[in-house]
Amino acid sequence: MSKQLALVIDLNVCVGCHACVTSCKEWNTSGSAGALPDERPYGKDPSGTFFNRVQTFEVGEFPNVETVHFPKSCLHCEDPPCVPVCPTGASYKREEDGIVLVDYDKCIGCEYCSWACPYGAREIDTRQKVMKKCTLCVDRIYDPELPESERKPACVLACPTSARLFGDVNDPDSEVSVAIREEGGYQLMPEWGTNPANHYLPRRKQRITIHEDELIRADSPLKKEGVHPHGPVEDVTLDDVTSW
Amino acid sequence: MNPAFSVIFLTTLIGTGQGLFIAVVFGQPYSGSGTSNYGLVATILAFAFLAAGLFASFFHLGRPERAWRAVTEWRTSWLSREVIALPIAMILVLIYALLQWIPGLVDGKGMNIIGLAGVFVMLALFFCTGMIYACVKFLQEWATPWTIINYTVLGTASGFVLATALSAALDVARLGEFKGLAIAFTLIGLITRLFSFQRNNRIKYRSSIQTAVGIKHRKITQRSMGHTGGSFNTRAFFHHCSHKLISNLRLVVIVIVFVIPVAMLILYGYLPREEILWAAFIVQYIGLLAERWLFFAQANHPQNLYYQTVG
Repeated sequence: MSKQLALVIDLNVCVGCHACVTSCKEWNTSGSAGALPDERPYGKDPSGTFFNRVQTFEVGEFPNVETVHFPKSCLHCEDPPCVPVCPTGASYKREEDGIVLVDYDKCIGCEYCSWACPYGAREIDTRQKVMKKCTLCVDRIYDPELPESERKPACVLACPTSARLFGDVNDPDSEVSVAIREEGGYQLMPEWGTNPANHYLPRRKQRITIHEDELIRADSPLKKEGVHPHGPVEDVTLDDVTSW
Repeated sequence: MNPAFSVIFLTTLIGTGQGLFIAVVFGQPYSGSGTSNYGLVATILAFAFLAAGLFASFFHLGRPERAWRAVTEWRTSWLSREVIALPIAMILVLIYALLQWIPGLVDGKGMNIIGLAGVFVMLALFFCTGMIYACVKFLQEWATPWTIINYTVLGTASGFVLATALSAALDVARLGEFKGLAIAFTLIGLITRLFSFQRNNRIKYRSSIQTAVGIKHRKITQRSMGHTGGSFNTRAFFHHCSHKLISNLRLVVIVIVFVIPVAMLILYGYLPREEILWAAFIVQYIGLLAERWLFFAQANHPQNLYYQTVG
């Protein structure tokens, strides 16, 4: 199977700090592709183009309620519905690593691809008038100028709880594949067959059952830690008794 | 979806132009002596409508200067196919106009071949326009054959109403056929549109907040969409109009697109004043603008599940 780079986002540890949002914005507004504009950032009705958003959902009803912080960016679908609808070929999926990109020099800003994305991952750049979306920091992950450890998307490096993993989901031994396999990773809106490459790891609750009598070590004959009074019995067993 | 007026004008204007051209080609066998310049005027008017629609479409583009690039992905994109079909249709209409302007260039058979080729491209264009919307499978209000049927029937009806008004102004001989077909197409449109309204009333959405965030709990409430100001996602996909307005508008559309024009066309039989037919066309066209607005406003994009609460 061909390489498919993707993010795996662990909802169990995301604390909703928005560090991935700000680091994404910082990296991608500073690149050679041009700024990600903010309109009236300090004004009455601020707006801006972002590749990544952290949303918050409340699951359940008080008092049995849980807050889930939910980072959302382009999922780099393996069968991206936004690509075939593009009339100019500006929207494309890279053969070599599966990243879905927009060629900003070819995009005519018709917004059809945004209609064709069920996840709302694409946002129009209000100044350049072209469609933009998460690039998986394609201008960073292959940069030989950077030390090997920093060749990761900006959001992954910024996450203080390591809720974001980055790797090849088609390589069964990669960190992300192991996480998906062993922690129950899932895709968003599987009903549309888009086969998103990004996966989410669910909230996981670890519980151990402790009964009250287990709190006191009633079974220790010495009532303290130490060497057992005798070693394991080796010679006489019931079998030996009956077989004479 | 938040309706974009450039697209509303594009689809309604080219729909009328396509319908008018179909009407002209249909009317050709009835042209009789050919003393009237009806065919030429109607063909040029059809071209004008197509050109006006093309002009309107540029306002939808962020980068209109690159619009020519849109012809490249015809293998996969219905939008690209529409971008190719529209100029071909316009060229055929121009040729058809030229052949009428300079008679004798081709014989009647040649005219019919060009005309029928034009009609074929018009139908293909209706299909492309409809498929742009019908192929987006998760916009469930659009992903139905009714989308293509309605685009075709409503555009044709509008074109035939205009052809009726034109024939009243220029050549009364063909009026009866056009009027009859205008009424017929409008009534067919009423039936097909009512079917699509009915279908969309009963849609069971495949996506839910549960599939959107992947948590299997009955009660999930959004507390924050990640930003307090607006974004492209809140501007492009929400129309911010009440359900009441939408359902009232639906009634208005049924009355002014179908009921009033048909009534006026019938009225013309008893009170033959040209103005009635022009008014019928204008009222229906305004109604079609509202119909197209509704078409967009009623479409519920699954991305809206992620943008429920500012928080």
